[in-house]
This record gives sequence, structure tokens and C-alpha cells, in this order.
Amino acid sequence: MYEIACPHCGPRAQTEFTYERTVDAVVDPAADAHTAMQALFTRANPMGLDEEIWRHTYGCRAWMVLTRHRVTHVIEAVKAIGPEALA
Amino acid sequence: MKTPYSAFSLLRGALNGQKHWQPAWRDPEPRSSYDVIIIGGGGHGLATAYYLAKVHGITNVAVLEKSWIGGGNTGRNTTLVRSNYRLPQLHNLFEFGLKLWHGMSDELNYNVMFSPRGAMFLGHNDGDMIKLAERGDAMRCDGIDAELLSPKQIAKLEPLLDLSRGARFPIDGALIQWRAGTARHDAVAWGYARAADALGVDIIQKCEVTGFVRDGNRITGVETTRGRILGGRTGICVAGHSGQVAGLAGLKLPIESQTLQALVTEGVKPMVQSVVMSQSLHCYISQSDKGGIVMGGDPDNWPSYARRGQPTVVEGAIAQAVSIMPALSRLRMLRTWSGVTDMSFDGAPIIGPTPIDGLYLNGGWCYGGFKATPASGWTYAHTLATGKAHELNAPFSLERFMTGATIDETAVGPMPNHR
Repeated sequence: MYEIACPHCGPRAQTEFTYERTVDAVVDPAADAHTAMQALFTRANPMGLDEEIWRHTYGCRAWMVLTRHRVTHVIEAVKAIGPEALA
Repeated sequence: MKTPYSAFSLLRGALNGQKHWQPAWRDPEPRSSYDVIIIGGGGHGLATAYYLAKVHGITNVAVLEKSWIGGGNTGRNTTLVRSNYRLPQLHNLFEFGLKLWHGMSDELNYNVMFSPRGAMFLGHNDGDMIKLAERGDAMRCDGIDAELLSPKQIAKLEPLLDLSRGARFPIDGALIQWRAGTARHDAVAWGYARAADALGVDIIQKCEVTGFVRDGNRITGVETTRGRILGGRTGICVAGHSGQVAGLAGLKLPIESQTLQALVTEGVKPMVQSVVMSQSLHCYISQSDKGGIVMGGDPDNWPSYARRGQPTVVEGAIAQAVSIMPALSRLRMLRTWSGVTDMSFDGAPIIGPTPIDGLYLNGGWCYGGFKATPASGWTYAHTLATGKAHELNAPFSLERFMTGATIDETAVGPMPNHR
């Protein structure tokens, strides 16, 4: 287990967070069927850094993007997303 | 041909200090080309090689393994073998495998210690029992054994389960598959390796695939740490790292890699007779032949290749196991370990051709590949020998995700982390 620095709450235990999907797996509403299916059903799944969407589910419930290494588990960056990030 | 293992050869060996033992398989240098190259020397890859040689007569086959055979998920699972799935595509595939498990030690002349001791799913409420009855009916329609047990019958088989009404998770019944059980995981890899080697298959260890040799839209071989090896057909069989190897060919798969953990306690006298599982909770308990209680639970639910898991997940599995079988709380944990699983986007495996000619894929086994070892090998061998899917693996094509024909036993959709 490790800590995730929530942009709103500060460092919290990873168990408070849930993983959703990678950034490239977000389906663009304007995408054609093939592109949408590719986004829904395929992943680069790299053995290294990837951009992942996580949620502070058992905390402030905000969404964020983690740049996280999938072997070392080192989190290089946490970025707030959604209306909170724009405010 | 090697001398078969037998009680007689063991006795004869006793008279000359057991000096007759030989390596169970050769350690050949890779040749420049093969009819079929199998990437991955786990149970599935070795079984594929064996059935290619045995059933299809194709013996010019190489199995390339980056470390040592059976050192990946074949050596990291909880050794459960069963075919009690609800969906026909799944239970027909696993049942075909279960039949092969029952004859495997004889077939391979290698004791895989298959122990059909029965595997039960517990039901904790009316909803569970309806689901279990429906699953049992679906299995019996396809000729697979399934029997509903009352709490009284369960108490006879597993007296240490907490069957009281005050239990944290009351037990209302169970669905048991008597022909299911456990096997010795390493022996499965070694047995297939020895039998495939005897038929002429080259098992090449410490040989990592680093790239593919490509001619237009056709794969004609692989680049490895031990040089270029050409192949007529190339099969990827590296579940846990399918995305990595397929990525070398430019393919993006419906797979995300996650960690799955298991643990074992100190060895004790027999206390768990069958395999006890709860899908409503998600823990599974069995006792190894050495006496250790082997337990497992959920995957870690986020992508990782680290082969080390989050302690809270193991803690959760233990808490569940202790709540249904309180006597387990007295045992000391010996060790935990984890493996990298290919979580596919419908929970079912992928066995079949890829969009690239000459390249085939066997992966996406999620947290349940060990039990499928013989069925996976059999159907993949058929696919690699003929270029077409066997009727058992035809539903498990890579295209199914794009056509909507997914095989989603748990019905959670394209979210491997919610499975």
C-alpha cells in the first residue's frame, strides 16, 4: 500500500482510492463506433508509466489523474480534474 | 524415448543407488527455424506443445521461455481445478479440460497429484441459493456434475465451517462439484515438458522474445535474446504479460494486468476436506497435500506488474476465510505471494488468431487459468495446427469484444477492475 496525494485532501492511504481506467480509455461522445469500441475495450497496458484516472471514493470523492509506474508503483504526478480543477 | 517412470524402475533404482535418473527434458540450443514457435513455457504453452506433437503430429516445435518453465503463474496459483461455470461456452471448455485432468497422470506418465476432492460454492442467502441452483442446472444440462448440498450435508463434509445462524455470513447451502479438486501445479508444467520433449519438442529456457520478424502483415519469426528464430506459425502464450508481448507486434489487447495474491499457512493435520469457496464474499480455501491451508481472494483491482500485492487485500481474504471457518484463526501464515494476471474485458480467455497473419494469441485468463491448462493446450494446439479455432475455443476469439459477443460470467461489462 502507498499514499496518494489527493489534490484536495492531501496525502491519504491508497485504500481510500479506487482505480477507474486509463486516460486514453475515456470515450469521446463524438467518436465513431470503432474508435469508441477501441477506447472501451483495449488498453496499452504498459510495463511502465501510464496516466490513470483514480477517485478518492472513500474521501472527498473527487476524480484525479495519476501518472503512475506499474512496476515500481511510484506516482510521478497527481492532477485534479473535473469542475473542482477549473474553479 | 526415455524410460517410463514406474514403481518397477523405482525399485530397480533402489538396488543401484537410484543412479538411473536422467534429466526429464533436454536443454537444446535453438535451431534457426521451426514449424511452430510457442512463446511462453508455462503450463499452457507446454501443454500446447505436447498436444501439437501428440494429436497433430507436429513435432518441429519450440517453446521459448524467458526464465524457467512453470516459473510464472503456473507456479503462483492456488491449484484449483473445476468446471462449475454458469455460461455454456465456459463450462464446456473447462469441462473438456477437467476430463483431461482425470487422465493426466497416466497420459503424461508423470504424477500430477490430481486430487478430485470436490469443490463447493457456499450460498449465504436466498439469492445466492437461487443463483447456485441455476448454475447447477446449467451445468447438468451439459452433462457436468453439480449437486446442491443442505447445511446438514455440508456439516458432514466440512465440520469446521461456522454453520450457526449467528454466523457473520450464515451458510444456507452449497453447490458442489465432486469431480473438481486440486493438483500439483509444478508437476503439471514438468509433466507436459517431459512428455513434449520426448516427442521431439525443443524447450528453450532463458530465451526472451524481444521482437517479431515481420513480412508485410505476416509474422515469420521472433527475435530473441538467443538470436533470430523463424517460425511457420507463432503463438503467444504468456498470460500476465500478453499485452507486453502482443505490443511488440503492435497489437493493443482487451487486457489489463493486475496483481492476484494468495497465501498459505503452516502445515496441519487434515482439517479442510474439499475446496471451499464463496463467490459472494470471494475467498477460497483448500488444504495442500503438505497440510498447509491455501487461501486466496480478490485481485488488487488496479493495474500492476509488480508481483507484490497490497496487504489489505490479503487481510480481507483472511478475514472472510476466518469468518466462515473460525478454526483457521489459530493458524500461522507461512507466506504470501502474488502473480500478474491478464484481466480480460469480459472475464473470459482469448484463444485464437490475431489480425496479424501467422500470429496467434492465448491469454486473458484472468484469475482462473490453471484449471484450464489441458483444455487451453488442446484447443490452442488445434488452432496453431490448422489455423482455425476448435469448436471449444471458437467463442473465445479476439474479435468478440468488437462484435459484442462477450462472454461475461459476472456481467460487469468492460471493467476488469470491477470483476
